[in-house]
Amino acid sequence: MAATEERPIGFGRLKRKEDPRFLRGQGTYVDDVKLPGMLHGAILRSPLAHARIVSIDTSAAQQHPKVRAVVTGQDLANLGLAWMPTLSADTQAVLATDKVRFQGQEVAFVVAEDRYAARDALELIEVDYEPLPVVSDVRRALDADAPVIRDDKEGQTSNHIFDWEAGDEAEADRVFADADVVVVTQEIPFQRVHPAPLETCGSVADMDPVTGKLRLWTTSQAPHAHRTLYAMVAGIPEHKIQVIAPDIGGGFGNKVPIYPGYVCSIVGSILTGKPVKWMEDRTENLTSTGFARDYLMQGRIAADRDGRIRGLRVDVLADHGAFNATAQPSKYPAGFFHIFTGSYDLEAAYCSVRGVYTNKAPGGVAYRCSFRVTEAAYLVERMVDLLAAELDMDPVELRMRNFIRKEQFPYTTKTGWEYDSGDYHATMNEALRIAGYEDLRREQAEKRARGEHMGIGVSFFTETVGAGPKSKMDIAGLGMADGAELRIHPTGKAVVRISVKTQGQGHETTFAQIVSQELGIPPEDVEVVHGDTDQTPFGLGTYGSRSTPVSGAAVAMVSRKIRDKARLIASAALEVAPEDLEWESGPPARWYVKGDPEKGQTIQELALAAHGTLTLPEGVEGHLDAEAVYDPPNLTYPCGAYIAVVDVDPATGEVKLRRFVAVDDCGVRINPMIVEGQVHGGLAEGAGIALMQHIAFDEQGNCLGGSFMDYLVPSSLEVPDWELGETVTPSPHHPLGAKGVGESSNVGSPPAIINAIVDALKPFGVRHVDMPATPGRVWEAIQSASGTPAPPR
Amino acid sequence: MQITLTINGETRSAEAEPRTLLVHFLRDHLDLTGTHWGCDTSNCGACVVLVDGEPVKSCTMLAAMAEGHEITTVEGLARDGELDPVQQGFFEEHGLQCGFCTPGMMLTARALLDENPNPSEEEIRVAISGQICRCTGYTNIVKAVRWAAEHEAGAAAAGGEAIA
Repeated sequence: MAATEERPIGFGRLKRKEDPRFLRGQGTYVDDVKLPGMLHGAILRSPLAHARIVSIDTSAAQQHPKVRAVVTGQDLANLGLAWMPTLSADTQAVLATDKVRFQGQEVAFVVAEDRYAARDALELIEVDYEPLPVVSDVRRALDADAPVIRDDKEGQTSNHIFDWEAGDEAEADRVFADADVVVVTQEIPFQRVHPAPLETCGSVADMDPVTGKLRLWTTSQAPHAHRTLYAMVAGIPEHKIQVIAPDIGGGFGNKVPIYPGYVCSIVGSILTGKPVKWMEDRTENLTSTGFARDYLMQGRIAADRDGRIRGLRVDVLADHGAFNATAQPSKYPAGFFHIFTGSYDLEAAYCSVRGVYTNKAPGGVAYRCSFRVTEAAYLVERMVDLLAAELDMDPVELRMRNFIRKEQFPYTTKTGWEYDSGDYHATMNEALRIAGYEDLRREQAEKRARGEHMGIGVSFFTETVGAGPKSKMDIAGLGMADGAELRIHPTGKAVVRISVKTQGQGHETTFAQIVSQELGIPPEDVEVVHGDTDQTPFGLGTYGSRSTPVSGAAVAMVSRKIRDKARLIASAALEVAPEDLEWESGPPARWYVKGDPEKGQTIQELALAAHGTLTLPEGVEGHLDAEAVYDPPNLTYPCGAYIAVVDVDPATGEVKLRRFVAVDDCGVRINPMIVEGQVHGGLAEGAGIALMQHIAFDEQGNCLGGSFMDYLVPSSLEVPDWELGETVTPSPHHPLGAKGVGESSNVGSPPAIINAIVDALKPFGVRHVDMPATPGRVWEAIQSASGTPAPPR
Repeated sequence: MQITLTINGETRSAEAEPRTLLVHFLRDHLDLTGTHWGCDTSNCGACVVLVDGEPVKSCTMLAAMAEGHEITTVEGLARDGELDPVQQGFFEEHGLQCGFCTPGMMLTARALLDENPNPSEEEIRVAISGQICRCTGYTNIVKAVRWAAEHEAGAAAAGGEAIA
């Protein structure tokens, strides 16, 4: 079959293989799983942010005719399951025993015959709470008189969790002390947000009392890691646990951790002998599952008067909530935040991060980013813009002057990262071209003269994605390497089994295209199996843009093993020595005899031979199967240049995001259509974070963002038609040259938008606006700035 | 109580409590799981179905209230196995990623095109503005609906010329 643009063999704009079931409403999400005799669970949650539990009376709930079980923390304690480990070597209550530590914390679990009855029964449980003082403001968490939230932990006498640093403080001090440098200082909070995938979290647990096998359908981005953790937590032998992540309705980091509800559904199934479904509602999702960010950053940047950036320093107070459940490799309690030097060649850099407990929901998940990279990119890109304002330089010019140059790669940063590749000047220039930057500046000048407030914001980010290597990076002790298995059936059709799991990223298409590219098998002939731990090899899952960098590489490597084995089979079939054969990628892709190109065989032909009666060379086993584990030698470093254009109404503070140009360099693009879709989605989420999204709390620790009425996410009216571009700098160490892209645009867009807003408000003397830049905040920033008053309207 | 509804042209009946929401009745009682449950507060639109051709968030309606009305769910969009142009448009323009909002988006798009066969991009954005997509950033959803407008049976005959 000839390859076309519509039906490429290998890389290209292939329409998605997974779409037909979704288009017909035939996807299978966790809440669509229905098993015979299935019961329904619901969780009673704390209305208070900090309180001692005096008593729990479940007798009325037990007597509800449809209730099959009621479970409290004490019941779990009797089973040794009241506490579970988090992804950060802390502990988290499954159901509270001693006290509740955040509003929305899990207190009791009811199992009933249907969804509504389970919720009814929650109303029948009486809990007597003794309220305790609340730590709501992260700045007060370490006060001497602050209540100790984690008094369950032996030796814990304050709310301090960790101190961590990177870079060279003495060097940074030296640069900042230089009498000739300009120093700009700014407090930059990155507010608490929530990924809010449209599908909430949930699970269906089915423990077979006869075989002792647990099947768990669950909203998991990392089914294999979850399986191992369940084995460790619940004591169920790992070979008796099957974790199935079916179709997932968006993840964005929210579905990386293990939540108490999942454990409760397992306990419910063990207690009742029936399958138990637990599906949280939106309020439960927003108030109890993994939040993101919540970094209070004190930034300092130093530069020579001519705009040569010399030093960057940031000190962070990190709000980790009541349990330290941050998802990141063990060695990095602040994730990869130390990539905060961004895309610039600096003389000195230093960061310190202090993590503390507060009476808020646990988390610290990597919300559509590699661990804490979004916070880092926002910090540096705001500081550079503040510096540009201070020096009265164009923000593009300042960036161009300080970019790491193309010839400096591989480049080792002052905090120890080895950037693999990039051409930042080229990427920036492409964004300027698409945006028409000079014209935009002219338009802005004209509008300013008329008293209109147009802003142009620029950001340039460098991400670090695709973790491991496994010797340095893990989740809960499990090294970040991923497996792949590939079987070519006798008729030349293939099944590839991968450890990672799509939540919408299109794995079933992209991974088929990788096999197709390597072996010449049409993508429609490649079945991608994922999301079921009984059916797939071990691996750490999909987050931190690691699917293509790690698992994609594993699939490329396993395909090459097949190709190598096929060569040996071809040598038998064609009766030549293996070294006399040459591979051509076609089409048709095949092994052919050097000097006699008429003689050759495709993978499909060789697959039949491998399963047939052909006598294979000595030492070559039959069939055409292989497996591989890919341990990446380094992370990959995608980058991008973003330009936002906003119009601000100073009378209302309303910001209209009018244009957004995003030029991404994610290396080689396997399926450009899917890549562009990923960029679009991340941009919308980034715009939401910059303008709307905020999980706020009052002084009593009440969550003020507990529904989509209060936690605003962008609709089609708040975001523009995205304008995309690309440059391609292949990763030198990835077998396909790919770098990962799912999260880049969420990392790069918030600073571009805030920079644009601040740029629009320059005539008022505004130098910074915090996210989310709601109309109220923007209006206040205008009022409190000392510059020119708003012109009359 | 016994609730009997006309769904996708078929009569479907099941026993349910009077308080049962239409979204739960469809999903849990009739196994029509293409309609999704996303927020409880009528903000997300994952549960949108058509009631007499109008998009309605099925979490805001009791199942019993739907008696006597024509309900269309995503399972009823394709006819005789052939995708509706809206479904085809979402496929062609990569208008879906995780697929969770997709049924509601497509039904709203269907209703829009039934009323306005040649909507502008702005009109499409307004039509879907009561629904949330967390994956696509909306650009490709808008394109998908435009694709459908341009490929409706008889679109050209009806004078529904495409807007560039």
